[in-house]
Amino acid sequence: MELTHEQAQRWLLNFHGKVTDNKAYLSDLDQAIGDGDHGSNMARGTEAVKEKLASVTDESLEAVLKQTAMALISKVGGASGPLYGSAFMAMAKKAKETRDLSVLIEAGLEGIKHRGKADVGDKTMIDMWQPVATALKEGTFSQATIDQALLDVKPLKAKKGRASYVGDRSIGALDPGAVSSGYLFEALIEEVIA
Amino acid sequence: MSLGIVIASHVDHIAEGVYRLLKESAPDVSITYAGGTDDGEVGSSYALIEAAIEQNDSDTLYCFYDLGSAKMTLEMVSEMTDKDVTIIDAAFIEGAYTACALIQGGYKQTDIDAQLAPLKVK
Repeated sequence: MELTHEQAQRWLLNFHGKVTDNKAYLSDLDQAIGDGDHGSNMARGTEAVKEKLASVTDESLEAVLKQTAMALISKVGGASGPLYGSAFMAMAKKAKETRDLSVLIEAGLEGIKHRGKADVGDKTMIDMWQPVATALKEGTFSQATIDQALLDVKPLKAKKGRASYVGDRSIGALDPGAVSSGYLFEALIEEVIA
Repeated sequence: MSLGIVIASHVDHIAEGVYRLLKESAPDVSITYAGGTDDGEVGSSYALIEAAIEQNDSDTLYCFYDLGSAKMTLEMVSEMTDKDVTIIDAAFIEGAYTACALIQGGYKQTDIDAQLAPLKVK
Protein backbone atom coordinates (compact mmCIF):
# COMPACT_ATOMS: atom_id res chain seq x y z
CA MET A 1 0.00 0.00 0.00
CA GLU A 2 1.29 3.45 -0.96
CA LEU A 3 0.92 6.61 1.10
CA THR A 4 0.11 9.84 -0.76
CA HIS A 5 0.84 13.30 0.59
CA GLU A 6 -2.91 14.05 0.80
CA GLN A 7 -3.46 10.92 2.88
CA ALA A 8 -0.50 11.80 5.09
CA GLN A 9 -1.97 15.28 5.71
CA ARG A 10 -5.37 13.84 6.66
CA TRP A 11 -3.69 11.19 8.83
CA LEU A 12 -1.72 13.78 10.82
CA LEU A 13 -4.69 16.13 11.24
CA ASN A 14 -6.77 13.21 12.51
CA PHE A 15 -3.93 12.37 14.95
CA HIS A 16 -3.98 15.96 16.19
CA GLY A 17 -7.73 15.60 16.84
CA LYS A 18 -7.35 12.37 18.80
CA VAL A 19 -4.47 13.71 20.90
CA THR A 20 -6.38 16.92 21.66
CA ASP A 21 -9.55 15.01 22.62
CA ASN A 22 -7.55 12.72 24.92
CA LYS A 23 -5.10 15.27 26.28
CA ALA A 24 -6.20 14.88 29.92
CA TYR A 25 -6.24 11.08 29.68
CA LEU A 26 -2.67 10.98 28.29
CA SER A 27 -1.43 13.27 31.06
CA ASP A 28 -3.21 11.14 33.70
CA LEU A 29 -1.47 8.03 32.36
CA ASP A 30 1.84 9.91 32.50
CA GLN A 31 1.14 11.19 36.03
CA ALA A 32 1.00 7.58 37.26
CA ILE A 33 4.47 6.58 36.04
CA GLY A 34 6.15 9.70 34.63
CA ASP A 35 6.01 13.47 34.93
CA GLY A 36 2.42 14.04 33.86
CA ASP A 37 2.95 16.22 30.82
CA HIS A 38 2.52 13.83 27.88
CA GLY A 39 -1.00 15.02 27.00
CA SER A 40 -0.25 18.72 27.04
CA ASN A 41 3.12 18.22 25.30
CA MET A 42 1.62 16.16 22.48
CA ALA A 43 -1.38 18.51 22.14
CA ARG A 44 1.02 21.45 21.76
CA GLY A 45 3.21 19.50 19.33
CA THR A 46 0.40 18.27 17.09
CA GLU A 47 -1.17 21.77 17.11
CA ALA A 48 2.17 22.99 15.69
CA VAL A 49 2.01 20.17 13.10
CA LYS A 50 -1.47 21.36 12.07
CA GLU A 51 -0.23 24.94 11.64
CA LYS A 52 2.86 23.80 9.71
CA LEU A 53 0.83 21.57 7.38
CA ALA A 54 -1.54 24.42 6.58
CA SER A 55 1.39 26.38 5.17
CA VAL A 56 3.21 23.57 3.32
CA THR A 57 3.49 24.63 -0.31
CA ASP A 58 5.66 21.75 -1.50
CA GLU A 59 3.10 19.04 -2.31
CA SER A 60 5.24 16.01 -1.66
CA LEU A 61 5.05 13.22 0.89
CA GLU A 62 8.61 13.98 1.96
CA ALA A 63 7.72 17.61 2.71
CA VAL A 64 4.64 16.66 4.77
CA LEU A 65 6.64 14.19 6.86
CA LYS A 66 9.61 16.53 7.29
CA GLN A 67 7.47 19.51 8.35
CA THR A 68 5.70 17.24 10.84
CA ALA A 69 9.07 16.15 12.25
CA MET A 70 10.30 19.74 12.59
CA ALA A 71 7.10 20.88 14.32
CA LEU A 72 7.24 18.01 16.83
CA ILE A 73 10.96 18.48 17.51
CA SER A 74 10.47 22.22 18.07
CA LYS A 75 7.26 22.28 20.08
CA VAL A 76 6.64 19.13 22.14
CA GLY A 77 9.20 19.99 24.84
CA GLY A 78 9.40 16.51 26.41
CA ALA A 79 11.18 13.33 25.38
CA SER A 80 8.38 12.48 22.96
CA GLY A 81 9.46 15.48 20.83
CA PRO A 82 12.82 14.02 19.75
CA LEU A 83 11.30 10.52 19.62
CA TYR A 84 8.27 11.28 17.41
CA GLY A 85 10.41 13.84 15.58
CA SER A 86 13.07 11.23 14.79
CA ALA A 87 10.36 8.84 13.59
CA PHE A 88 8.93 11.35 11.11
CA MET A 89 12.39 12.55 10.06
CA ALA A 90 13.40 8.95 9.28
CA MET A 91 10.13 8.49 7.36
CA ALA A 92 10.75 11.71 5.42
CA LYS A 93 14.20 10.45 4.39
CA LYS A 94 12.76 7.08 3.35
CA ALA A 95 10.00 8.84 1.36
CA LYS A 96 12.67 9.96 -1.12
CA GLU A 97 12.92 6.30 -2.23
CA THR A 98 9.47 4.86 -1.64
CA ARG A 99 5.87 5.62 -0.67
CA ASP A 100 5.27 2.09 0.57
CA LEU A 101 3.48 2.48 3.91
CA SER A 102 4.99 -0.55 5.63
CA VAL A 103 8.53 0.47 4.62
CA LEU A 104 7.89 4.02 5.87
CA ILE A 105 6.55 2.89 9.26
CA GLU A 106 9.48 0.48 9.61
CA ALA A 107 11.86 3.41 8.98
CA GLY A 108 10.01 5.46 11.62
CA LEU A 109 10.37 2.63 14.11
CA GLU A 110 14.11 2.44 13.47
CA GLY A 111 14.33 6.22 13.98
CA ILE A 112 12.72 5.87 17.44
CA LYS A 113 14.97 2.95 18.40
CA HIS A 114 18.05 4.91 17.35
CA ARG A 115 17.06 8.04 19.27
CA GLY A 116 15.76 6.39 22.44
CA LYS A 117 18.24 3.48 22.57
CA ALA A 118 15.24 1.34 23.55
CA ASP A 119 13.85 -1.87 22.12
CA VAL A 120 10.81 -4.11 22.21
CA GLY A 121 9.70 -4.99 25.76
CA ASP A 122 11.07 -1.85 27.45
CA LYS A 123 7.48 -0.54 27.87
CA THR A 124 7.77 2.41 25.50
CA MET A 125 6.13 3.63 22.30
CA ILE A 126 8.21 0.97 20.51
CA ASP A 127 5.86 -1.64 21.96
CA MET A 128 3.14 -0.07 19.80
CA TRP A 129 5.24 0.75 16.71
CA GLN A 130 6.87 -2.69 16.43
CA PRO A 131 3.67 -4.81 16.28
CA VAL A 132 2.09 -2.29 13.89
CA ALA A 133 5.16 -2.35 11.60
CA THR A 134 5.18 -6.14 11.63
CA ALA A 135 1.43 -6.39 10.92
CA LEU A 136 1.70 -3.87 8.07
CA LYS A 137 4.48 -5.93 6.52
CA GLU A 138 2.44 -9.13 6.85
CA GLY A 139 -0.75 -7.48 5.61
CA THR A 140 -2.65 -8.17 8.84
CA PHE A 141 -2.79 -4.65 10.31
CA SER A 142 -6.12 -3.66 11.87
CA GLN A 143 -7.62 -2.11 15.03
CA ALA A 144 -7.04 -5.52 16.65
CA THR A 145 -3.27 -5.02 16.25
CA ILE A 146 -3.48 -1.80 18.30
CA ASP A 147 -5.81 -3.28 20.92
CA GLN A 148 -3.53 -6.28 21.40
CA ALA A 149 -0.41 -4.08 21.66
CA LEU A 150 -2.08 -2.07 24.46
CA LEU A 151 -2.94 -5.29 26.31
CA ASP A 152 0.62 -6.53 25.86
CA VAL A 153 2.27 -3.31 27.10
CA LYS A 154 0.43 -3.30 30.46
CA PRO A 155 2.25 -6.15 32.26
CA LEU A 156 5.69 -4.95 31.13
CA LYS A 157 8.12 -3.28 33.55
CA ALA A 158 9.48 0.03 32.25
CA LYS A 159 13.19 -0.07 31.44
CA LYS A 160 13.59 3.30 29.68
CA GLY A 161 12.61 6.89 30.34
CA ARG A 162 11.13 8.47 33.43
CA ALA A 163 8.84 5.48 34.05
CA SER A 164 11.87 3.25 34.70
CA TYR A 165 12.48 5.18 37.96
CA VAL A 166 9.30 3.77 39.51
CA GLY A 167 10.41 0.22 38.69
CA ASP A 168 7.85 -2.42 39.62
CA ARG A 169 5.11 0.20 40.04
CA SER A 170 5.06 0.57 36.26
CA ILE A 171 3.81 -3.01 35.94
CA GLY A 172 0.09 -3.00 35.11
CA ALA A 173 0.10 0.61 33.92
CA LEU A 174 -0.36 1.74 30.33
CA ASP A 175 2.60 3.51 28.77
CA PRO A 176 1.45 6.98 27.63
CA GLY A 177 3.76 6.93 24.59
CA ALA A 178 2.35 3.59 23.48
CA VAL A 179 -1.18 4.98 23.92
CA SER A 180 -0.50 8.16 21.93
CA SER A 181 1.19 6.03 19.25
CA GLY A 182 -1.98 3.91 19.27
CA TYR A 183 -3.94 7.08 18.37
CA LEU A 184 -1.49 7.72 15.54
CA PHE A 185 -2.17 4.28 14.08
CA GLU A 186 -5.96 4.48 14.67
CA ALA A 187 -5.84 7.70 12.64
CA LEU A 188 -3.88 5.79 9.99
CA ILE A 189 -6.63 3.15 9.80
CA GLU A 190 -9.37 5.79 9.51
CA GLU A 191 -7.66 7.96 6.89
CA VAL A 192 -5.50 5.57 4.87
CA ILE A 193 -6.33 1.89 5.40
CA ALA A 194 -10.14 2.04 5.53
CA MET B 1 40.92 26.95 20.53
CA SER B 2 40.21 25.23 23.85
CA LEU B 3 37.11 23.24 24.68
CA GLY B 4 33.79 25.02 25.15
CA ILE B 5 31.03 23.93 27.51
CA VAL B 6 27.29 23.72 26.80
CA ILE B 7 24.70 23.32 29.56
CA ALA B 8 21.24 21.95 28.74
CA SER B 9 18.57 21.75 31.42
CA HIS B 10 14.81 21.28 31.56
CA VAL B 11 14.44 24.55 33.47
CA ASP B 12 15.70 28.00 32.42
CA HIS B 13 16.72 28.96 35.96
CA ILE B 14 18.66 25.74 36.48
CA ALA B 15 20.63 26.31 33.27
CA GLU B 16 21.35 29.91 34.22
CA GLY B 17 22.25 28.92 37.79
CA VAL B 18 24.71 26.25 36.66
CA TYR B 19 26.22 28.79 34.24
CA ARG B 20 26.77 31.25 37.11
CA LEU B 21 28.36 28.53 39.23
CA LEU B 22 30.73 27.48 36.43
CA LYS B 23 31.75 31.04 35.59
CA GLU B 24 32.97 31.49 39.18
CA SER B 25 35.75 28.99 38.63
CA ALA B 26 36.16 29.32 34.87
CA PRO B 27 35.82 32.98 33.83
CA ASP B 28 37.79 32.47 30.59
CA VAL B 29 36.01 29.33 29.35
CA SER B 30 33.35 29.74 26.67
CA ILE B 31 30.18 28.51 28.35
CA THR B 32 26.70 28.72 26.82
CA TYR B 33 23.43 27.37 28.17
CA ALA B 34 19.87 26.47 27.25
CA GLY B 35 17.02 25.77 29.64
CA GLY B 36 13.32 24.97 29.27
CA THR B 37 11.09 25.18 26.24
CA ASP B 38 10.66 28.06 23.78
CA ASP B 39 7.85 29.37 26.01
CA GLY B 40 9.87 29.20 29.23
CA GLU B 41 8.06 26.05 30.38
CA VAL B 42 9.73 22.92 31.78
CA GLY B 43 11.18 20.85 28.94
CA SER B 44 13.73 21.00 26.14
CA SER B 45 13.91 23.27 23.13
CA TYR B 46 15.68 22.32 19.93
CA ALA B 47 16.03 26.00 18.99
CA LEU B 48 17.53 27.07 22.33
CA ILE B 49 19.98 24.15 22.47
CA GLU B 50 20.96 24.75 18.83
CA ALA B 51 21.61 28.42 19.67
CA ALA B 52 23.73 27.49 22.70
CA ILE B 53 25.87 25.23 20.52
CA GLU B 54 26.18 27.66 17.59
CA GLN B 55 26.82 30.73 19.77
CA ASN B 56 29.59 29.09 21.78
CA ASP B 57 32.97 30.58 20.78
CA SER B 58 34.54 27.13 20.63
CA ASP B 59 34.06 24.59 17.82
CA THR B 60 34.83 21.67 20.11
CA LEU B 61 32.18 21.31 22.77
CA TYR B 62 31.48 19.18 25.81
CA CYS B 63 27.76 19.19 26.58
CA PHE B 64 26.22 18.42 29.96
CA TYR B 65 22.50 17.81 30.53
CA ASP B 66 20.12 17.05 33.39
CA LEU B 67 17.56 14.56 32.06
CA GLY B 68 16.73 12.34 29.09
CA SER B 69 14.89 14.67 26.73
CA ALA B 70 17.64 17.30 27.02
CA LYS B 71 20.08 14.58 26.00
CA MET B 72 17.96 13.46 23.05
CA THR B 73 17.56 17.06 21.89
CA LEU B 74 21.34 17.58 22.24
CA GLU B 75 21.87 14.47 20.10
CA MET B 76 19.55 15.76 17.38
CA VAL B 77 21.33 19.13 17.28
CA SER B 78 24.76 17.45 17.32
CA GLU B 79 23.79 15.46 14.22
CA MET B 80 22.95 18.69 12.39
CA THR B 81 25.81 20.98 13.41
CA ASP B 82 29.32 21.18 11.88
CA LYS B 83 30.84 21.56 15.35
CA ASP B 84 32.57 18.72 17.16
CA VAL B 85 30.06 17.96 19.90
CA THR B 86 30.51 15.40 22.68
CA ILE B 87 27.64 14.69 25.05
CA ILE B 88 28.97 13.74 28.48
CA ASP B 89 26.87 11.32 30.56
CA ALA B 90 28.37 12.60 33.80
CA ALA B 91 26.64 13.85 36.94
CA PHE B 92 25.28 17.15 35.62
CA ILE B 93 26.71 19.84 37.91
CA GLU B 94 29.77 17.94 39.19
CA GLY B 95 30.76 16.94 35.66
CA ALA B 96 30.35 20.39 34.16
CA TYR B 97 32.18 22.00 37.10
CA THR B 98 35.10 19.57 36.82
CA ALA B 99 35.40 20.09 33.06
CA CYS B 100 35.29 23.88 33.37
CA ALA B 101 37.85 24.02 36.16
CA LEU B 102 40.25 21.85 34.19
CA ILE B 103 39.78 23.78 30.93
CA GLN B 104 40.44 26.99 32.85
CA GLY B 105 43.57 25.37 34.30
CA GLY B 106 44.84 24.58 30.82
CA TYR B 107 44.61 20.81 31.11
CA LYS B 108 44.59 18.63 27.99
CA GLN B 109 41.44 16.93 26.74
CA THR B 110 42.77 13.47 27.69
CA ASP B 111 43.31 14.62 31.30
CA ILE B 112 39.82 16.09 31.41
CA ASP B 113 38.32 12.86 30.03
CA ALA B 114 40.15 10.86 32.70
CA GLN B 115 38.71 13.03 35.48
CA LEU B 116 35.20 12.89 33.99
CA ALA B 117 35.19 9.09 33.66
CA PRO B 118 34.44 8.31 37.33
CA LEU B 119 31.66 10.94 37.32
CA LYS B 120 29.65 9.10 34.67
CA VAL B 121 26.38 8.10 36.24
CA LYS B 122 23.93 7.79 33.34
